Amino acid sequence: MENIKDVVLEYVINEYLEDDEEELNYDSPLISGGIVDSFSMVSLKRFLENKYKIQIPDDKATPEAFDTVNSIVALVNSFVKK
Amino acid sequence: MSHIGSYDERIKNFDWSISESELGYKSGDVINIGWYCSDRICEQGKGDKPALIWEGLGGVEKRYSFNDIRLASNTIASFLRKLGVKNEDRVCLFMDKIPELYLGFLAVLKIGAIAQPLFSAFGDESLFVRMDNAQTSAIITQRKHVGKVRKIIDQMPYLKHIIIVDHDGVKSLKDRETPFSLEKATPVEDLEIYPTKAESPSVLHYTSGTTGQPKGVKHVHYSLISQYLTTKWVLDLQETDVYWCTADPGWVTGTSYGIIGPWSMGATQCVMDMGFSAESWYRFIEKYKISMWYSAPTAIRSLMKAGEEIIKKYDLSSLRHLASVGEPLNSEAVIWSERVFGLPFLDTYWQTETGSMMITNFPGMKIKPGSMGKPFPGITAALLDPDSHELITSANKPGLIAFKPGWPSMMRTYWRNEETYRKKFINGWYIPGDRATIDMDGYFWFIGRDDDVINTGGHLVSPFEVESALLEHPAVAESAVVAKPDDVNMEVVKAFVTLKPGYESGPDLELEIMNFIRKKLSPLAMPQEIEYVDSLPKTRSGKIMRRLLHAKEWGEEIGDTSTLEND
Repeated sequence: MENIKDVVLEYVINEYLEDDEEELNYDSPLISGGIVDSFSMVSLKRFLENKYKIQIPDDKATPEAFDTVNSIVALVNSFVKK
Repeated sequence: MSHIGSYDERIKNFDWSISESELGYKSGDVINIGWYCSDRICEQGKGDKPALIWEGLGGVEKRYSFNDIRLASNTIASFLRKLGVKNEDRVCLFMDKIPELYLGFLAVLKIGAIAQPLFSAFGDESLFVRMDNAQTSAIITQRKHVGKVRKIIDQMPYLKHIIIVDHDGVKSLKDRETPFSLEKATPVEDLEIYPTKAESPSVLHYTSGTTGQPKGVKHVHYSLISQYLTTKWVLDLQETDVYWCTADPGWVTGTSYGIIGPWSMGATQCVMDMGFSAESWYRFIEKYKISMWYSAPTAIRSLMKAGEEIIKKYDLSSLRHLASVGEPLNSEAVIWSERVFGLPFLDTYWQTETGSMMITNFPGMKIKPGSMGKPFPGITAALLDPDSHELITSANKPGLIAFKPGWPSMMRTYWRNEETYRKKFINGWYIPGDRATIDMDGYFWFIGRDDDVINTGGHLVSPFEVESALLEHPAVAESAVVAKPDDVNMEVVKAFVTLKPGYESGPDLELEIMNFIRKKLSPLAMPQEIEYVDSLPKTRSGKIMRRLLHAKEWGEEIGDTSTLEND
């Protein structure tokens, strides 16, 4: 299985990063850093749901849960069937 | 004691000359908002008082006194002048909430040019239609956003200068690009401020309508008279207050009450240039001891969603006055804020075109949770029957909100669109496009928009603009866009689409279309749901009946379908 971390990081870089010189890592703040806003978060959530065939309830899709690649991966892992 | 004192007393003998007199302005004088917000405060002996405390990502902080903002705006103004920017040229401000946005705004006004702030999350298409309408001469932006300008530069021969405020000198600049560093520039002590008069244009804000392209709302320097007094009487800024307006100056709240109002009063304001999280907002209030907080219902509902436990971690005792704008503030949010902060958020109603607050709740007034409040002194507000346009005189009867024109910050026209401007008036009343009721006590109660414009998170999105952009996606044959109810944002964008032959509906295509709109227009305009349909409801003349789709989303009666094509 692809490394979820790298998939999510690559998606964020390709889809949301405006400044191509900015460097992102697994702990870069995405929501609080203004890279992904609350409206765009909906499309990121949709990507994760499509990609990993999961449903993330709205009450779990918080700005905190989406704030870094690492926190997103933890969220995804909690829904992916082991 | 609040500045307004008794609302009932204030409305008795109100005259805008109260504001003129406090600002030392007489009819016919020079009036320049840039000067009023910086030089005048320094002349009052408050040059050392903090004007702007800015915090960016990672806790990076910058502080500017009123003398600092005077010098910085002089410096940027001088730079613009040397480039050849002159009075009435349109200068677009396309930046995140960094200090240069606030200081650049004053600078543009100081040289008599017209400030055209645009939300930095706009995609290249949104940016282009607004700059093309304004025939913008110069844009001040950041490195991270310059890519969007480069995409459309070839279509904009009138755009002479792209000023990049954080150019690092590493990557080469392209045609028409100029670097500018406020930190490296030599401060300009004396600047000859352009002698703008009351009717000189000042700000061009773009707003969305049901049909057609976004409209450029033209404001003039005299708007200061309204913006100053509403800030004083509604936001009630006192000498020692620390003020936080959470709005982005890409929208009218961010300029009227995020720059002009507070600084013309000599108030200290804080700006947080970070994305939203409940933790970071509460931490910000605690750290800077925010006392007056002007925010939006969407943000308040997001804070409610984050829960009350988190609030206990922070000392928010500095808060003394809260207000809200952008969309109707639901009664639950008012009651919640009273419980958790010990203070209600006071709802304020106004729009880009009005330039300043029109119907509001005032300090000291009895608050009816969920109500818009009462008209600001000097504002004649009423309801008109939606069909006959006669004045409604009985209580609790729904009608169109209407204002008697003539308040100082009223828009002067839509830029290059006088015809649409004229249509905003009926029988001598200005019609903002919202419906409401008035109760027996004279309080206004919001019902909804009178058109198809979508209010999402306090920002207006044109269904027409989104539909047009959707048609540019190769898979989309037809589209219809409506508002869908949302717990946090009040409304979000929903699109109904039919697909061209050869394309298959599915979640991956849905995501592709969402991202297509997000990048082209803005995250606000991105449909949060796309429904694939075989056909769209149309009138016999072929016009899409959004009304039917809207009714379906809101669980409302469909109403008259006699003109439906295939009924």
